[in-house]
Formats: sequence, structure tokens, C-alpha cells
Amino acid sequence: MSLVLQQLGVSYGAKVVLQGIDLAPLPAGRMVALAGANGAGKSSLLRALAGMCRMTGQALLDGEDLARLRPPARARRVAYMPQSLPQASSLTVYESVLSALRIACPQWSAADTHQRIDQVLHSLGLHALGLRALDSLSGGQRQMAGLAQLLVRQPRLLLLDEPTSALDLRWQLCLMEALRHYLAQHQALCLMAVHDLNLAARFCDDMLLMAQGRVIARGEPGRILTPALLRQAYGIAARVESCSMGLPMVVAEHALDPE
Amino acid sequence: MSALQTPAPSLAQRYGAQVRRRITVLLLLLGLLLLVFATDLGTGPAGITWHTVWQGLRAPQQLDEGTRVILWELRLPYAVMAVLVGAALGLAGAQMQTVLNNPLASPFTLGLSAAASVGASLAIVTGFTAWGLGPELALPLCAFGGAIFAALIIHVLAWRWGASVNGVVLFGIALMFSCEALLWLLQFLADSNALQQIVFWSMGSLGRSTWPKIGVLATVLLVCALWTQSQAWSLTALRNGEDHARSSGVAVERLRLESLVRVSLLSGTALAFVGTIGFVGLVGPHIARLSLGEDHRFYLPASALAGALMLSCASILSKVLLPGVVLPIGIVTALVGVPVFMLLVLRHQGGLRT
Repeated sequence: MSLVLQQLGVSYGAKVVLQGIDLAPLPAGRMVALAGANGAGKSSLLRALAGMCRMTGQALLDGEDLARLRPPARARRVAYMPQSLPQASSLTVYESVLSALRIACPQWSAADTHQRIDQVLHSLGLHALGLRALDSLSGGQRQMAGLAQLLVRQPRLLLLDEPTSALDLRWQLCLMEALRHYLAQHQALCLMAVHDLNLAARFCDDMLLMAQGRVIARGEPGRILTPALLRQAYGIAARVESCSMGLPMVVAEHALDPE
Repeated sequence: MSALQTPAPSLAQRYGAQVRRRITVLLLLLGLLLLVFATDLGTGPAGITWHTVWQGLRAPQQLDEGTRVILWELRLPYAVMAVLVGAALGLAGAQMQTVLNNPLASPFTLGLSAAASVGASLAIVTGFTAWGLGPELALPLCAFGGAIFAALIIHVLAWRWGASVNGVVLFGIALMFSCEALLWLLQFLADSNALQQIVFWSMGSLGRSTWPKIGVLATVLLVCALWTQSQAWSLTALRNGEDHARSSGVAVERLRLESLVRVSLLSGTALAFVGTIGFVGLVGPHIARLSLGEDHRFYLPASALAGALMLSCASILSKVLLPGVVLPIGIVTALVGVPVFMLLVLRHQGGLRT
């Protein structure tokens, strides 16, 4: 399992939001953080890979060109979680997950389908909420339900747009640990857009730092999270300290005037 | 997650129980509809007894000519038409609310009914016979033409600016007013015969139900119901939100377009035969949603059943409200539908859902 990007670009009309994204193969089992300021192109990169918008260049998943796949075939390989939470409808968590699975994997037997949903809801700690309607849940619980819709179809590539934006600290840990477990078990790959750099430093193997539609640095979080790169990507003055576990910790000090 | 160690039914088992409950609710709705349908057949100014109705259904040749005509040419077609039109509008409203992600969407509120009326009125005024096919098909064809025109504009708007925005509803209201103006213009220009037919339209009445019309509507309803049901999972997934559904592999734009074509077919055909009937397409889906949720495998048939139930009840009321007079059913649905709808909204707001 590997993902290779070659000269990937995305434009909305005349506005170029991503250009010249090249990535050497990202190997399986890795959790990769996409970091960068608002508007840097993180969401656009995820949307392009998910087939939500047109892209130029190539994205190869195990040698298969993602742009050539039809929606259900793509949905089996690539699962994308948008930044917006699943809508507060009167669907139950179970129904929302079941419907997502029925579209992407209609060939699964009923027994497999229900067993799989049961497992995934258990692993995400949503078991007790399975028959509750989405509109009776908190934002964080709906975000977890959104992740369940993805994991249940056993994709090889997970694209998550700020998956912890609505989660409290406990749920953040639950989500990251469940993800790590999933990636190791299925040898899958995960790209996630993040704002919480310390959370990313703790859980992600790799980090892509983006600015103005380009990747400006790639590597282990410890190598990317430096005052100079943070200044370039976010326009802030920041200190990077080392916590007692040896992980980098970013302390943002103040915003710099735009140059 | 549970601290209790007693063996509890698994989540899948509990979901299975929920599905069985929903099927039970569907069957109850069906039973209720049969009951109301029978009541509808037994109600009317002619004072025919239940016993006679039952006999007449089983052995029509044993009835005297007058009773036979009342039962087979008036009561039965009216009652069947009420069920079919109600089901068609309920089914149309349900998928419209889903694909436009808007609980206020229905053929009536978004101007499809009004556009269909303009199409049919044009057919009446110009004497269009659909190349010799006769008015039974010319009217629904033109009504469909009007409805699909409105639906396509809504589709383009939803595609351009997102489906859930209030702009779509505002546009529907604007469309409704424009179509009403066009209807007045047509009425102004029409001769007295055509004028009478158009006025019949704007009130909505089962008064001209015939078996050939029932045949056309039943066929359209059956085709559309099967077609919609085959997309039940996609429509359910769409309730997670457009992007989430797309991520699961739903071709959202195509689903929306196909649904709006079906909505136009259903509402165009229904309205071609009975005229403008409001609120059934709006309230029917709400009743279905409140009683068994939004899994579209159950929600779609329940919306159709709820619509049929509403219109059958309205048909009974239209016969008993003023003794000896059969009121146009469109008036009854508006008078009864609005308070029922308000009640539903209030219950919903208060979190008292079943």
C-alpha cells in the first residue's frame, strides 16, 4: 500500500489553490498530518484526493490512478471525512453507518455487514449510542459517528479533515488511538488536516507543512516543528520545547505582522 | 462500555428489533388506510349502507342500476383516486425534502404544483390533445412539462448554491406567484368552457375521477415507487450530509436530478387529474419521519401511506362537513392540513417526538 502524488494541482476557476504537489511514496500504516495556516490548501488536497473536486496531475494509490475510479469503487479504497459534521438528522448512528456501508460495499452479506458495524462502533466507544438519533447527539459524538462511517468500509486510504475539531480531550485520545490501531491492523494510510500541532506531534509519524498551495516541508514532526518553519507557515513567533516524553511541544507566542 | 455484566442483546440484535418495529408501524399504517378507505366508500350523500357497499363490491351485477353507478362510477373511483393522489404527493414530498435537504420542500411549496397547473391550463386553453392521444394523456403530459421545467430550475439552483439554502424556498415562492399570475392571464383569455375547467383545477377536486385516469396515475405511481425504492440506501446516506454521502460513493447530483424528475412525474400526473392539492406532500413525509425515522426503506413507503391516509380522511371530511354537498378536496386539505402541520412543528420543537 502506498500513495504517490505527482504534480498535483487544483484550481477553482482562475484561482489556483494547489500547485505542483509532489510526494514520494507514503508507505502503509502511517499517520500523516497536514499542517498549515487557514487557506494553505490542506482541505483542497484532501478533497482532490477524495474526488470532490477536479485535479490535474496524478495521484496513484498502489499504482491505480484515483482520478479514473468511479465513485463506489473509489469509496471502497478511499474514505474521506469532510470538515463538516454529519448532519443532525433523525437517522440513528447505526443507520447512518449502515447506509454508508451499503453504498460503498453492497456485495457484503448481511451478517458481515452487521458484525462489522458492531465491531467498529465498539472500537470507537459509540456502542451505547448506536440506536440514538444523530440529532440527539453532541457535535463530538456526531464527529465520531462520521469516522465510524469511514472505518466500517475498511478503506486503504483515510482522508480526514480536522477530525478532532469537535472533540473534547478524552474523545481526541479515543479517536487517535482507534485510528492508530486501525492503520496497524489494516496496513492503511491516513492523511489528516490538523490545527492542533501538539496532538499531531504525539500521534503522527509524518508531517506535511503547507503554505500557499504548496508543501514547504515534509518529515517527522520533530523536524518540521521548528520556530523558523512555523514562522514561515503560520506567520507566528513560537517556541518549541521538549516535553518529558521527549516530544516537541509548540508554544505559540504572538502573531507577526504580515510582511 | 456498559458496566453491567449481564448478557445484553448485541447492537445488531437491538437494531433488528428496531427494524421489526418499523415494519409493524408500516403495517399499522396500511391497516389504518384500508379502514379509512372503507369508511370513505361508505360515506356519501346517497346514504348507501355498508352492507350494500360490501355486496356491490363482491357482486356488482346484483345491485340495482342506480346504486351500481353510484358505487362503481362515483364512490370507488373517488376513493381510489384519493389514495393514489395522496400516495403520489407523499412520495414526491419525501424525496424532495431529502434531496433538497429542506423540511419545507414539497411540490406545493416549491412551485412545482403551480407550474404543473400552468402546463395543464395551457393544454385546456389551446385544446392540445397530445397528437391524438386524447385529454387523458395530454393533460398529465403538459402538467409534467410544467413541473419538470420548475424542477430543473430548482436543480440548477441547488447545484449552483447548495441545496439547503433558503434561496431555493424563496425561489419556489417567487415561482408560485409567477405561475399564479400566468394562470390568471390564461383564465382571462380563456372561453367560458375552458375557464370552468381551469377554476376546477385551482380548487383541487376528486370530482372528475375516471378509471382510465386512475390507470395512468397508478402506473406512474408504481414505476416511480419502485424506482425510488431502488435508491433507498443512497437517499438514506444523503441524510448524513452531501459531502458525507459523496464520500460514501453516492453520485449526489445525479440522484438529485433523478429524484426531481420523479417528483415532476408524480406531482404532474396527480395534479393533472385532481388539480392543486396542497400540504399532503409537505405533511405526509413529516408524519412518516416522526413515526419511523428516516431509513428510506421505510420512510418512503410510510410517506406514501401517510399521504394516502391524509387525502382519504380529507375525502371523507369533504363529504360530511356540509351535509348533501361534496366540497372540493383541495379546500379541505388546506383547512385541515395547516393546523395538523402546526401541531407537528410544535411537537417537534418541544422534543416530544415518538
